[in-house]
Parts: sequence; C-alpha cells; structure tokens
Amino acid sequence: MNASMNRAASLARKELMHIMKDPRTLLIVFIMPLLQLVMFGYAFDMEIHMIPVGVIDRDNSTESRRLIETFRGSDLFRLSEAGAGSGDVEASFQSRKTRAVLVIPPGFGKDLARGPAADVQMIIDASDPNSAQLMKNYFGQVLAGFNESGGRGGAMPFDVRTSILYNPDLKSAFFFVPGIVAMIMVMICALLTSITVAREKETGTMEQLLVSPVRPREIIAGKVLPYVFLAFLDGTFILVVGILLFGVPFNGSLLLMVGLSTLYIITALSLGLMISTVARTQQVAIMMALTITMLPTIMLSGLVFPIESMPKPLQLFTYIVPARYFLQIIRGILLKGSALAHLWQPALSLLVMTSILLTVAVRRFGMKLER
Amino acid sequence: MDETRMTGTAGREAGGENDPRTGRAMDTVVRTRGLTRRFGSFTAVDGVSLDVGRGEIFGFLGANGAGKTTMIRMLCGLLMPSGGEATVAGFDVYRESEGIKRNIGYMSQRFSLYEDLTIEENIEFYGGIYGLKMDEIRVRRDALLEMLGLQAEARKLTRDLPLGFKQRLALGTALLHDPKIVFLDEPTSGVDPRVRRAFWDVIHEESKKGKTVFVSTHFMEEAEYCHRVSIMRDGKVIALGSPGELKREYGRSTIQDVFIEVASGRTAAGGGEARAGGSGDSAGPAGKGGEGS
Repeated sequence: MNASMNRAASLARKELMHIMKDPRTLLIVFIMPLLQLVMFGYAFDMEIHMIPVGVIDRDNSTESRRLIETFRGSDLFRLSEAGAGSGDVEASFQSRKTRAVLVIPPGFGKDLARGPAADVQMIIDASDPNSAQLMKNYFGQVLAGFNESGGRGGAMPFDVRTSILYNPDLKSAFFFVPGIVAMIMVMICALLTSITVAREKETGTMEQLLVSPVRPREIIAGKVLPYVFLAFLDGTFILVVGILLFGVPFNGSLLLMVGLSTLYIITALSLGLMISTVARTQQVAIMMALTITMLPTIMLSGLVFPIESMPKPLQLFTYIVPARYFLQIIRGILLKGSALAHLWQPALSLLVMTSILLTVAVRRFGMKLER
Repeated sequence: MDETRMTGTAGREAGGENDPRTGRAMDTVVRTRGLTRRFGSFTAVDGVSLDVGRGEIFGFLGANGAGKTTMIRMLCGLLMPSGGEATVAGFDVYRESEGIKRNIGYMSQRFSLYEDLTIEENIEFYGGIYGLKMDEIRVRRDALLEMLGLQAEARKLTRDLPLGFKQRLALGTALLHDPKIVFLDEPTSGVDPRVRRAFWDVIHEESKKGKTVFVSTHFMEEAEYCHRVSIMRDGKVIALGSPGELKREYGRSTIQDVFIEVASGRTAAGGGEARAGGSGDSAGPAGKGGEGS
C-alpha cells in the first residue's frame, strides 16, 4: 500500500512538472477564464436597450400621440419616425434602421374613449428570436405603463408588482460567473486529463509505465490528483475574480460548495478518463473532449440558454450533462444561499452519475492498460 | 550474493558458444513453450519455444513483421499471449505480470523519456516508480550521468539532447532499478555506429554482471555481438544458435548471409526443416523444445 502510494506520488509529481513547464496549460487555465469573464460579464449583456423602433401613426389623435410619447419616455426604445405604408417596414428591417415598428390604426383614439379596448399593432423583426421575445415583453411593459397613466381611465382590473429576488439588478455576471466556473472545471478535468494520457500513449512513455510495477489505478491517481488540485485552484480564482470584479455574492456555505464541487470535478475527471481509454492521439482526445464535454456544458446545461426554452428531445438530453446539475448547485449556493436540503436533488443526480462514470472509467482504463 | 553469480555466468558465456543448450545447469530466466499470439486471423507469433539463461545476450533477428516485437511485448507483460506457456524470471506471464514487471527493464523502439523534463528529473521519476529510495536514486543518477558524461547537462531539458545521448540515457534509465532481465526492442535504430558501439559496451557490461539481455535488431553486425541469436520469420523461430554455430551450419561467413538465406525463405524449406526441426515442435536445432513438450 505504501509502495503503491509512493508510486502514485511519483506520477503526480511528474504530472505537476508537465503542467508547470507548459505555458499553454497555464494560459488555458488562468488567462482563458479571465477573458471569458470579461466577455460574458461585460460584453455579453443579455438585456437590450434603446431598441430602434419605427412608428406609423395612422390615427394622429391626441391619444395616439400620447402613446408615442410614452414610448419615447422609456429608455427601452428609441423612436424613429417611419413613413406610412407597410413597404417601408420591410425596407427599414432590411436596412436594420428599426427592429420593430409600432402601428397605430386609424380610430385608435376613438376606440379608446369608447372602451373596452383599442388595438395597436407591433411588428417585430424576429431574425434574432431571443431579442424578439424581449422586445415583445418590453412592449407589453410600456403599454401597461400607458394604461396605468390614465389611458383607459385607470381602470386596470388588477395590478402586477414584480419583486426580483437574488439578483435584483438582473446583472448577467451573476448568471455567467458560476457558469464559467462550471465550464472551466470540465475543461481542466476532462480536456486536460484526456490530453495528458493521450500524449503518453503517443510518445510511447505510457508503454514504459506499463512495463514498470506501476498499476493502472496508480496511473489514474497520479494523473488525476494534480488536475483536481488545478481545478480547485482555478475555480477559486474565477470565483474570487467574479466576486471582486462583478460583485457576485457568496450567500451559501463554503463547505457545501467545496463538497459538491469535488463531486462535480470527479464526474468530469471520469469523463476525461473514459475519453482517454478511447483516444490514442492528442488530436482525437481534444476533439472528443470538446464534443462530449465542452459543447454540452456550454449549450445544454443552462449555462447560456435556458433549458426550458429548448425543444423537448434536447431537454431530455440535458439530464445527462453533469454541468446541468452543478449549475443549479453553484447558482443556488452563490445567489440564493441554498443549503443541502434544497440542493439534494441535483447533488444526488451528480452522485449517481459520478459513481457510474467512475466505475466504468476505472475499469475500462485498467483493462486498456493491462493488455 | 551477486558477485559469486557474476563470475559463474561469466564463465558460462564461453561455454555457451560450444553448447548453449545445457539445459538445467544454465539457470534459465526466460522459458517459453509453444508461445503464440494471434491478432484476429493473423498469427504474429506462432508456437515459439525458447530457453534463455542468466547473463545471456539473446538476439532476435527478423524482417519487420516477423514477430520480434510481439514476442518481446508478451514477455514484458504488455500483451497477453493467445496460447502456450512462458515464464520470465520465474513468473508466469498470464498470472504473475506484477512479479515480471519488478524484475525487467524495457526499452522500446520509440524514445521513452519525457522530453519536457530535465535529464535528472527523468532519472528521478523512473527511479521513483520502481520504488527506489531517494538516496539510492541519487547515487545511481550520479553514476549514470557520469557514465554518459552528462553531469554538466543534468538540468537541461531532455529534448535538447542529441539522439545518441537520448538513446543511451533511455537505456540507462531502463537499467536504473537493476533488473534481472532487460528487453531492448531495436534500441539502436537511428543512431550512428559510434553510439551503437557505446551501446553494446553497456550491454556486454550488464551481461557480465549477470543480467540477461534480450535485444531485437535488424543490424546484422550487432547479431555478431550476441551470445545466441534467433531468426524469426512469419512468427516462427526458424534458426537458433550462437553466431558461430549458425555460420557453420549454413556455411556462411557472416550472420548477414545466414539471415538472407534463412529469412528470405529461399532455402527455408530445405535448411529450415533439416536444421531447425520445422516450425511446430521446437525452436532450437536440438531437442530442447521436445523436452519441454
């Protein structure tokens, strides 16, 4: 046992040397998350402001002008007068002068005075469906404001007041920082481990290890431990930067965070080991790690796109993406201060997944290495 | 303990020339009987029976694909045989690969050191995975560096070494844990004759210390340095004996000529059957394989 641990320690020490001597690894590990933080945190703002909107007023009444003023007063929209005629709508969308057009039909003022309702039309450029959806929502907001301010004599049947919890300013950084942690951890664990195993196969040093008394599980430990360490270091680094730079809160328990992160890291490492049992070259390892782990983590975990808005078959697929569960966990802990009692479901899913993956990976790794 | 056995084997070498098949007396460390490995329908090694003694330098000759590498990989525990028996250092290849691994050194065709580590880091790492203690590693590391004349370069990256030094360093690390048997799979391919000479000096040195050296090569002049050589073709050992014996047997003046005659298969039907006793029952010209079966 002692000899076994010594051998694993020798391997781990050597692996650390590889990491320290390769500037590319350090670049990936520390510079890339910084760039991503800046990209997602500042540039990738999901909110849209000052949407250029054209107005076609066919009524030209006091009421219609008041409606237009309400729109002008909102910082969500920027009005540009468009001439009458629907041909112009098409042209203004094509030239991207406007992204939505408000059409007030003739008789709007009269209808409004007579009640119960008057119609207006909003034509939206939905070539980008996400912002189209947002525009539709904003449009509703502005109309609600118009109604409230006496457009219909204050006769709203009910009044909706929204309280936004956990992220009251709706800052996108709060949403993305945990996501970047999830992504970088997968990348370090799955991508870097599978690459380092593949590299040993490629250069022939793996064979040299296999004729030595080193056992497969010692190779696994020696390969995996340095990356666990690195993943923790990097996760902490990203979180600290996120907290200092973007004011991301840390409301939950640090211990819970560490524990569940470990679980997630082991899941990702098992995936990396699985890949390395198949991939013979670094190229193949990179391709596989990217398609099996990185892509689903970015696209299908709820990191960028909400799972609820995905087509049903894809939604089913998200259940096997580990980051799906980890995102619930890390967002819960950071933003909502969730305790284990709230997070047992994703935690259990992750645990089941890890046990299966790790068992299969270790067994496959051992088999592949022995013969 | 090693001292006495060293002299013993050194003495045996001379005798090996006359009769390498004195069986029990020669302290067999590698023994195979009908060892076979198939890859699908292709039989890479086909019923090979061999006995190799302590301190012996045993050469594997053969064209590419003749089965040399497969043979060595099976004996090292890297590849499971499809059939037959084999023991290495007294350990069974099927069940006791752990025991084999503790007792062998191995150097493959491919360069097997870490290019991004320094020379001493490589040596220390390989010492570490063989369970050597740090002070032992230091002593052996310094001895190895001195032998290679690389003391000043110890902290340089291995990738910056000339190929000849890399190969000799790889050999040195393969020997670092003082294994009983060393397997060298075409260790000298790609190095110049001078380095090859230095390589063989080390091999002879180790043989004198009682180490058994298995070496595959396609340099025929290297075959002359071996105590015994076996020539493989299509997975079978078709000729086996000391270089002198083989030359006499086939009436040629060099192993190269023997090899061309035997391995090309031109006269294999006649010579092979007459001398090597066919493929199936025995590897050697004499009755050793027969005894085993």
